[in-house]
Amino acid sequence: MHWINFPLLLIMIYSGLRIYWAEDVYAFGILGWEWFAFFPDGFYQTLDIERRLARGLAFHFNFAWLFTLNGLAYAIYTWRTGEWREIFPSRQHVKGMVRDVTHTVLHDLHLRKTQPPVRGRYNEAQRFTYSLVLILGALAILSGFAIFKPTQLSALTWLLGDYTSARVIHFTVTIAFVLFFVVHILQVARSGWRNFMSMVTGYELQKRDSSTNEEPADV
Amino acid sequence: MSERPELTEDEYRGRTRRSLIVGGVASFAGFRGWRWIQDQPEVDNIPQVLRDGHELNERIWSGLFRDDHQARTFDRSSASILRVNGRVGIRNEIDLDAWRLEVVGPDGDPLGTHTLDDIKALPQYEMTIEHKCIEGWAQITNWGGPRFADFMALYEDQLPDDISHVYLETPDGGYYVSVDIDTMRHDQTLLAHQNLGFPISDRNGAPLRLATPLKYGIKQIKRIGRIQFLTEHGGDYWGERGYDWYAGL
Repeated sequence: MHWINFPLLLIMIYSGLRIYWAEDVYAFGILGWEWFAFFPDGFYQTLDIERRLARGLAFHFNFAWLFTLNGLAYAIYTWRTGEWREIFPSRQHVKGMVRDVTHTVLHDLHLRKTQPPVRGRYNEAQRFTYSLVLILGALAILSGFAIFKPTQLSALTWLLGDYTSARVIHFTVTIAFVLFFVVHILQVARSGWRNFMSMVTGYELQKRDSSTNEEPADV
Repeated sequence: MSERPELTEDEYRGRTRRSLIVGGVASFAGFRGWRWIQDQPEVDNIPQVLRDGHELNERIWSGLFRDDHQARTFDRSSASILRVNGRVGIRNEIDLDAWRLEVVGPDGDPLGTHTLDDIKALPQYEMTIEHKCIEGWAQITNWGGPRFADFMALYEDQLPDDISHVYLETPDGGYYVSVDIDTMRHDQTLLAHQNLGFPISDRNGAPLRLATPLKYGIKQIKRIGRIQFLTEHGGDYWGERGYDWYAGL
């Protein structure tokens, strides 16, 4: 389920870009001064994305269901197997979380030599990040449906503010996903040869059911 | 980095090999699936399977459609004249005095002709809604005119019971849409002749256009010249060009 997400998200982001490009209005700016417009023309050219809104919508609205179903399957799986306990921080973890997350970040940036503490399968920074990503995934789906059917699902749209803010959330979540992906790969790559190998076999081959993922997955 | 359960070298190799095979088969299947979509014959400009997906989505959302699901309305003070986007079907000049609305039955029989005064004689409504374009932009605007439901009531006894869609086209036939009957009968579907209290401008579809917050802008045809009641869907300009026929919100 973890690996099915990769091609699905790739398709969702790619087709989403085709949709966004039809009206690329978001820019990052402060006090009316534009710092960085999403996205510069070179970005589309480099990725060789064609302006094809209809096709983008077709892929997006169809694959959205697969992404949602996969997400639901994953939620049920982690709940039934109790694996969520390894991901979400428990109450005693929350206490020292800020300290431990900072510790891990400093360690990874080579600013601090000592290893961050690990309780269970994932360390605090991992628990924090992976929980955040799962929440982001849910938010991507919810904000997506809020934009997709703002009248039929008006309660959902209302929860996220309005149509425009739901769109901004949907867009921001996507950017966050891409940033997570970059750090995720870097972290996996630098966390040791074996881990790297296990990631490479999976990454190269795109899909692997999580039930076969029995190597030490200290990612 | 951290302590974790270690496997023996053999176990590790075995598992790596196994996941390599599983992953290889899975990614090959994924690649084949992707090619399979791309190689599908196209239906109205998108691969068949994606068109089927659109139709499945249509069945889900039209099944969930309820007359009392109202699109959000806004205060009139937040509304502005709608931005102009697209001129298909309204490029030529129009003589507003000579304009007439033709109404046609399912088999093509003419049922009636209307002037703008006929339209203004029906009960008038006003709504301030968020107009949504399929390209992604949205704008709060205000429409005035009769409900399509009231207009349709004029023809109720001349129409069969199984009307499922309404087909509307511009006088020159250059732009045309098919809209499902549930949406057309909804309270928030107007035959609009006013935008923010002013007569609709030529570029925004004078003298009469469709206005409904339940559909994207592509369905809200400007400058309606002809209306046909149908028992199945008719043509649809953007539907035929790769977009979703339903385009509901």
